Amino acid sequence: MTLEARGLTIAGRLDNVNVTLRPGEVTAICGPNGAGKSTLLAALAGLLSPNGGTVALDGASLGGLGSRQRAQALGYLPQTPEVTWDIDVATLAGLGRLPWRASAAEDAAAVSTALTALDLDDLAHRPVSQLSGGERARALLARVLAGQPRWILADEPLASLDLAHQAALLDRFRALASQGIGVLLVLHDLARARNRADRVLVLDKGHVAADGAPGEALAEEVIAEVWGVEARWLGEPGAMALAT
Amino acid sequence: MTRPTLVLLIALVLALPLSLLAGRVWIDPFHPAIPNAAVILAELRLPRGLLAIVVGAGLGGAGAAMQGYLRNPLADPGLFGIAPGAALGAVLALALGATSTYALPLAALVGAGGAMALLGVIAGRAGGLALFTLAGMMLASLAGALTSLVISLAPNPFALSEIVTWLMGALTDRGWREVWLAAPPTLLGLAVLWRAGAGLDALTLGEATARSLGVEPARLQWAMILGVGLTVGAGVAVAGIVGFVGLMVPHLVRRFTDRRPSALIVPSALAGALLLLVADALCRIIPLATELRLGIALSLLGAPFFLVLLLRMRRGLA
Repeated sequence: MTLEARGLTIAGRLDNVNVTLRPGEVTAICGPNGAGKSTLLAALAGLLSPNGGTVALDGASLGGLGSRQRAQALGYLPQTPEVTWDIDVATLAGLGRLPWRASAAEDAAAVSTALTALDLDDLAHRPVSQLSGGERARALLARVLAGQPRWILADEPLASLDLAHQAALLDRFRALASQGIGVLLVLHDLARARNRADRVLVLDKGHVAADGAPGEALAEEVIAEVWGVEARWLGEPGAMALAT
Repeated sequence: MTRPTLVLLIALVLALPLSLLAGRVWIDPFHPAIPNAAVILAELRLPRGLLAIVVGAGLGGAGAAMQGYLRNPLADPGLFGIAPGAALGAVLALALGATSTYALPLAALVGAGGAMALLGVIAGRAGGLALFTLAGMMLASLAGALTSLVISLAPNPFALSEIVTWLMGALTDRGWREVWLAAPPTLLGLAVLWRAGAGLDALTLGEATARSLGVEPARLQWAMILGVGLTVGAGVAVAGIVGFVGLMVPHLVRRFTDRRPSALIVPSALAGALLLLVADALCRIIPLATELRLGIALSLLGAPFFLVLLLRMRRGLA
């Protein structure tokens, strides 16, 4: 049960990236702007055709899988999620069921579970336009959860959330990982990545600059080299802060 | 069956017999005093009413699907260039003096098919929405220019007036032949659009998310070209250009659904059918020197509707 990139190359954006993700882990992708974080996430979600290398799910190339099979396994949350029509929260979550073509009862059960997991039961019938930023972020994640994916790939899910909601959402991801789901997040906040991820992948100009336990992958030397910023970690494990 | 679908279906079933009674000659169902009432009903008004239903259903359903596909509440089936393509085909047939009764609608269907094929080829396999919209607009303006060219080269004043009148869109003097011509492609087109509904729902979340949900953009694009082409092509072939139905109807219906594009297609088809049936009956009874053309009537209704919509959007933005 792995999701892996082998020699993944996408012209001008990723160069020979190798990474193997394991279920049950929260992995953070970090890197400066333009490092290729979103590109890697989209490629792992099967949304980009590589110029070289492969993305493989449980050893089988994503390109060879049917689009539905891929969609059932991989839940993708883009950086700026849009919702064109003013649907309500339950309908939004229901869109996550599209790859399954299951019975109405199964769909309803999955949607209900997802809404409950994200404390959205009371908001099920509220239109998306009437949600606060935090509620909206949870509703969008509920759509991913309703699809019951084995992997969740989320691009900057914490952007535009206040501190409390950031912490709450990271707790959700942690809980999902403990259920055996592989979670991959693009994170800009290095302290969050260091404190909350199991593993950090640092990208720089399309290359993997560091990959490993958060303390090592985000060591002060790595930050100096990749971000060009002299920074120091302060605090104690699990509650580190980055001073620049 | 959802509630809007049921309500609209009942309304349509009630409106059809009522609309048959209305016209220059009113028919009293209980005391038919008019000598040829049965003939008027069976050979003139029934096919005309059914044709209004077929054409309206096609335009309404296609409008709902288009708005879902382009993720824009202001999208209209006319944008694809398919209606102008069909019109060009029909106008060419008229200018060339085609005499066979089937020549005009068939030429219109060929024009719609040509526009569909060109659209597919130009937009390519990637299925990008922006490229697709621009290709449709380019085709629409090309077909419009060619139509004007054909009109300006019309061989005689009679052909010219025939073309101009036909372009205005109407259901006057249509019979069972047109019903049999338009109904099969319209039903097939609506079925294709209905099947594409899940893909349109996924597009609500943007193109990338839709693809992550298993939607294949190229397939969806072909389904849209086929579905809109068949419904709109068939409609233009038998009724000429009838605008604004595809724009107005989904708007009126959307608030009564859960707002997913797929939930809107069938109610919009029914509401489009109802709108055209009622509008055509009104055209028959409005006392003017000649009967008001359906296309003109709907444009007169549609343009202010569009304006109100724009003003409301402007207020929303302010």
